[in-house]
Amino acid sequence: MSKVDINIDGINISVEEGTTILEATKELNIDIPTLCYHPDQTIKGSCRVCVVDIENQVNLSAACCTPVWAGIKIRTNTKKAREARKLVLDLILADHNQECLSCVRNGNCELQDLCMELNIRDTKIEKINHKLPIDDSNPSIVRDESKCIKCGRCITACHDVQGVGAIYNVDRGSHMRISTPPGKKLNEIPCVYCGQCINVCPVGAIYENNDIQKVWNALDDESKHVVVQIAPAIRVSLGEEFGEEPGSIVTGKIVSFFNRVGFDKVFDTNFTADLTIIEEGHEFLHRLNNGGKLPMFTSCSPGWVRYVEYFYPELLENVSSCKSPQQMFGALVKSYYAQKNNIDPKDIVVVSIMPCTAKKAEAVREEMNDSGYQDVDIVLTTRELGQMIKESRIMIKELPEEEFDNPLGISTGAAAIFGATGGVMEAALRTVYEVVTGEELSNIDFVSLRGIDGCKEATVKVGDLDVNVAVANGLENARKILDMVKEGKADYHFIEIMCCPGGCIGGGGQPILGTNEIKEKRIKAIYDIDSMSKLRKSHENPVVKALYEEFLKEPLGEKSHKLLHTHYSPKS
Amino acid sequence: MVNLLSKLCGKISPLSIKEYKESGGFEGLEKAIFKMSPKEVIDEVKNSNLRGRGGAAFPTALKWNFVAMENSEDKFVICNADEGEPGTFKDKVLLDGCPFQVIEGMIIAAYAVGANKGYIYIRGEYPKSKEILISGVKILQEEGYLGNKILGKDFSFDIEIRSGAGAYVCGEETALIESIEGNPGRSRFKPPYPPNKGLWGKPTLVNNVETLANIPVILSIGSEEYKKYGTESSTGTKLLSVSGRVVNKGVYEIEFGTTLKEVVYDICEGMEEGKKIKFVQLGGSSGACLPESLLDTKLDFDELRKLEIGLGSGAVLVVDDSICVVDFVKNATKFFDHESCGKCTPCREGNKHIIKILDNLTNGEGTERDLKLLNEIAMVMKQASLCGLGQAAPTALLTTLKYFEDEYKNHIKYNCPAGTCSLKEGVAINV
Repeated sequence: MSKVDINIDGINISVEEGTTILEATKELNIDIPTLCYHPDQTIKGSCRVCVVDIENQVNLSAACCTPVWAGIKIRTNTKKAREARKLVLDLILADHNQECLSCVRNGNCELQDLCMELNIRDTKIEKINHKLPIDDSNPSIVRDESKCIKCGRCITACHDVQGVGAIYNVDRGSHMRISTPPGKKLNEIPCVYCGQCINVCPVGAIYENNDIQKVWNALDDESKHVVVQIAPAIRVSLGEEFGEEPGSIVTGKIVSFFNRVGFDKVFDTNFTADLTIIEEGHEFLHRLNNGGKLPMFTSCSPGWVRYVEYFYPELLENVSSCKSPQQMFGALVKSYYAQKNNIDPKDIVVVSIMPCTAKKAEAVREEMNDSGYQDVDIVLTTRELGQMIKESRIMIKELPEEEFDNPLGISTGAAAIFGATGGVMEAALRTVYEVVTGEELSNIDFVSLRGIDGCKEATVKVGDLDVNVAVANGLENARKILDMVKEGKADYHFIEIMCCPGGCIGGGGQPILGTNEIKEKRIKAIYDIDSMSKLRKSHENPVVKALYEEFLKEPLGEKSHKLLHTHYSPKS
Repeated sequence: MVNLLSKLCGKISPLSIKEYKESGGFEGLEKAIFKMSPKEVIDEVKNSNLRGRGGAAFPTALKWNFVAMENSEDKFVICNADEGEPGTFKDKVLLDGCPFQVIEGMIIAAYAVGANKGYIYIRGEYPKSKEILISGVKILQEEGYLGNKILGKDFSFDIEIRSGAGAYVCGEETALIESIEGNPGRSRFKPPYPPNKGLWGKPTLVNNVETLANIPVILSIGSEEYKKYGTESSTGTKLLSVSGRVVNKGVYEIEFGTTLKEVVYDICEGMEEGKKIKFVQLGGSSGACLPESLLDTKLDFDELRKLEIGLGSGAVLVVDDSICVVDFVKNATKFFDHESCGKCTPCREGNKHIIKILDNLTNGEGTERDLKLLNEIAMVMKQASLCGLGQAAPTALLTTLKYFEDEYKNHIKYNCPAGTCSLKEGVAINV
């Protein structure tokens, strides 16, 4: 690439040819306002908030989508550009439901920020906002179109990143909306509830179905024994809700908070992540040795499970029958734990803190009540936990670090890495290798499976067999592998698929905005937890061992089948 | 009036290849592919000074050269026959009257830029024209003018007909390309421009029907002869679609340099009986409204640019003094509100608010502040919209605010001089 000389606000600089005006201005520390622009997405150029003035040009140009050319003279701060940006923003505001004080994104809204930054004090344009009914038809995601500013980021997430296409532009002109197919709600279409649309929405037009009050109600009810589990990804991301650097590890403070507000037991989903490895590892070996369906797909990610049920029902038999760690946890609490502690499972409330919106829908799947009760009662996202902590007025940053309760709070490093793409596969390989060979695995770091790349693969020698594994994150990446499997072009034995880009640390319930840059910091923290762990292989977890001795007896045994495994059905 | 471009329209049977050839048809094509290199063809078009007839008046040879310079196995030529600008119906005359001339222009263009595939994107509301084109393409395929090794030369080019579902925005070249690709008609941001990255990301030449119809003429009579028509800055002829309160409405071919007055009073034989001219809207609904005092303006790209307006598609709407300017602009804006794709903020939201404010004016609720705001919204649409639709949509508003400011101000004082909007004789009637 050659360099071109340009001039921005009187300053000469040289930039790569093809650089956009927006990128070039950043080099001079000028922060052009944007709304439809998202650093990890394709450029849309639709909101027109980023317009700049160019010498000898009558019209303004959008900085996000205009590449510079040699000799261009850009003026970012002319009256014409400033007033145009303000009026564009004013036009957006006129069609925006401005009930900011009760909005889920109050204080974390790009539109609010821009109004402040662009000095919007009085609005000229008359408000014409059509209140459309809120779509809260499903357990996971709520859409409030009256707040939508039509930036199109959610469409990009749904179509280009996830390849689902549940929402799109409907109608045109001033009637254009971003919506589900006309007349259909989210629960009537193949939305996988991944929540990636939420993570990219600049305003409060899409958000998770809020279940915080249900948790307070359970805690307030003295007849209930309330147990909480937190997913691997929560501990490396919750801090962001309180201004901590992305990747800050706040596990002990979260435990401390739960103890303060009165949970009866504070457990860890990482425990059942270890258990998942034992069950899923043995299931894989069983398939391998008995001519079962291969490749086997992981089943921890409910968005992915919903996706395969809708879009690739012919591959359902390839999906591991293991429940996700969240669901295994619920089933065990209401059976093993209840018996052991002599608590009537009907009085137990299982609360999950998940980085995921699809987990809310997973918890209410019909199949998920093998303990005789709904395995998991209430699911909160990372963001909701942040909200709950704020509401409690407890200053979490100042809390001491506390440990999870026994026994379901004990876990290994292998469980921790479930939170990042490639982690489940790495954890499984650590165990499968040792189970098959009986030898200790010398290098347990499967570095080629780590990182934020969409598709990764590796071949691992396990005994006499070369095991070919693949890892995909983001459903559009998954689709590429699924098509290869469908067409018989892939010779993989075992495939990990995570619905969300980056894995669970990039889940739809995570702090906003989780850009790729932030996701990489969360991933690093996940592997730090692993490397700091004394035990790093799931089969070395002493409580998991005890669980088999006392209760489950053997992997894939009768009790496991009843409590820890499930089945799927095609959806159309 | 002249008879250069449209001389065969109505004179020959449109699908008779025999009659077309007897009238000089395919002379231009044969000259191009047998006697000229692609570069020489582009040079000939360049020398003719031909500028695009779709509205933007971009130098045709320059556009061709951009496509020719691209190194790509696949290149496309698209004939933009999505003639959707209100009051414009001149392409239909060419498509129905002499389809071979338009297709010949496409084949020559393809030869010049190195394209192997062409599309004619015809508006869905022209079903009869579409049928004619389908038959025309089939005949030309059978006769060896389309397909592999055209006329025995090592040059292959074929054409498919596509049509839209009636969206005005699909006349905008990138929205048109989206539509051919099977997507909703929404404009792309530019750059990249279609000559670099167009249909399916390949170099693509998009030319208007009338532009392409000029090509065989230029090639067959030569650019020097062609330049004798029109003015120095605007060579050749232009088809005008004249409608409104003139005696003879219709499509006329005029030389550039003709004045609007000549069009209205000589060619169209003046105003209908008892009607007094108020303004002429030039270029369709997205065009400027010129008051009677500017009727001496010559139809010439440079002359018009001095007034900061364009010729657009060549539509001439003659409006009499019984029409209320505010009401007229409101109607035009409603059209754009309906036809905006809704992608970019200024166009999606701007039209809606202009209508709302104009409603205030015709309801006797307008204020000075409204007039100021109208101008501000119109300017942000013009300057900051993503595509030509939004940029041109407020042209009628901006030009009437300039030339008929008093009429807007009268509405604030509860007075519609024309007495034809809902505000009549000082009394607001809420409709």
